[in-house]
Amino acid sequence: MSYIEIKNLKKTFRTRGKENDVLKGIDLEVREGEIFGIIGFSGAGKSTLARCINRLEVCDSGTVKVGGVDILALNKSELLKERRKIGMVFQNFNLFDSRTVYKNIAYPLEIAHFPKSKIKERVLETAELVGLSDKLDAYPGGLSGGQKQRVGIARALVNKPELLISDEATSALDPQTTIQILDLLKEINQKSGITILMITHELDAIRYSCNRMAVLEGGKIIEKGTVADIFNNPQSRTGELFAKVFTEFQSISLTEGAGI
Amino acid sequence: MSLLDSSVWEVIKASFNPDIWRELVKPVGETVYMTVISSIIVLLFGIIVGIFLTITGPDGLLPLKIPYHASGWMINVLRSLPQMVTIILMIPVARLIFGKSYGTNACIIAIAASCIPMYARIVESSLLEIGKGKIEAAKSIGSNNFQIITKVIIPETFPSLIRGFTVAVISIISMTALAGMFGAGGIGDIAVRFGYQRFQHDRLFACVYILVILVQITQGTGNLISNRILKTRNLI
Repeated sequence: MSYIEIKNLKKTFRTRGKENDVLKGIDLEVREGEIFGIIGFSGAGKSTLARCINRLEVCDSGTVKVGGVDILALNKSELLKERRKIGMVFQNFNLFDSRTVYKNIAYPLEIAHFPKSKIKERVLETAELVGLSDKLDAYPGGLSGGQKQRVGIARALVNKPELLISDEATSALDPQTTIQILDLLKEINQKSGITILMITHELDAIRYSCNRMAVLEGGKIIEKGTVADIFNNPQSRTGELFAKVFTEFQSISLTEGAGI
Repeated sequence: MSLLDSSVWEVIKASFNPDIWRELVKPVGETVYMTVISSIIVLLFGIIVGIFLTITGPDGLLPLKIPYHASGWMINVLRSLPQMVTIILMIPVARLIFGKSYGTNACIIAIAASCIPMYARIVESSLLEIGKGKIEAAKSIGSNNFQIITKVIIPETFPSLIRGFTVAVISIISMTALAGMFGAGGIGDIAVRFGYQRFQHDRLFACVYILVILVQITQGTGNLISNRILKTRNLI
């Protein structure tokens, strides 16, 4: 069953009279419980696509359904409630520097007016899941990149969402930390059955964690299917390019022990 | 003692005469009173107006073109007036509220009118410092605008808000001195009446010391608090 259903999604940015078609009719289905990868070069429209799913960006036309809910038809308060079911992780972590790790993870529950005891229980549980139990009193400013992203993931998961959007979550991390974070995402996916949409320009990340993937180029999906199919038998030039870059990259990274 | 008939050194020595300082207790009290009350008013309204500007601005949480430009225009008008002109302009307003157009309380109105717009602009620029990503993260979690302002934007920019407030308090102190010319009392009043009109430069010097000390204390406290917060957050 498809959990995310996107049909003919279009988005155009207008700045100073210039029109920039970022998304030119996206059709996409993501199945419940899978890790779906979207890959594309910079400027392909990946982040915009991700942001249209929780309506951080309002698309111009098309439909977006998440878990059967038509995101575009929601009114403001319904949208806020729906967003609580969609966790999002960012490349720059976007943690709140004014809050400790504990308070960062607690934030989504706080704004949803959970009772204090319930917040504590959930935060401790989530912190343990991401391996941050000993850092709860630290401020994000004192954490490493990998730890920051763990906080970001914990914050996105504490509401027990059904969908996790990872917008270049590992792109600012070193290879080793990337693997750890990807392992964590896989583990979470297996444990809770959460659907994960992984947006990235890193082949390793997709190859390592995804079941199915789509290749985005120039605002269009030019290829989609299982990861193995696309890597072994690319149908488009970009897909081919990615596969080629990957094999070349792999021969280098093997010696560096990236472990893929 | 005056510089007209004594050397600078003698005037400096005389400026530490206990009699002079005893007479300064009351005016210092007036200056501190004016500064504290005005600062509270400026803080309150400055933050409110600053937040309003930030959220209604073009990239704000709730862009409202006309109110934003109208309030921006109003602020620019008030800011383009020299402080002395604002004091004179506010005389009828003070009379309306307090029944008299002079005195410490009357001048607080003028100070507020002059410093609120300034502090509002400082608040605006502080609040705009926040990374767009943090607001986006807060939105993606399902925060409403009120929660984004109170739980994210203000706490995140708090050290910067404090530094801005320090600047505002210092300019309030300098304005209280000016207000002294218009019957507000305080240190400015002493400086004008004794230092300027009677050439008693020893008293003038004493006023200078006090103003320097007041400004140093303000700046020092502001820096201390903001640095302490930044240190707690591991940002410096």
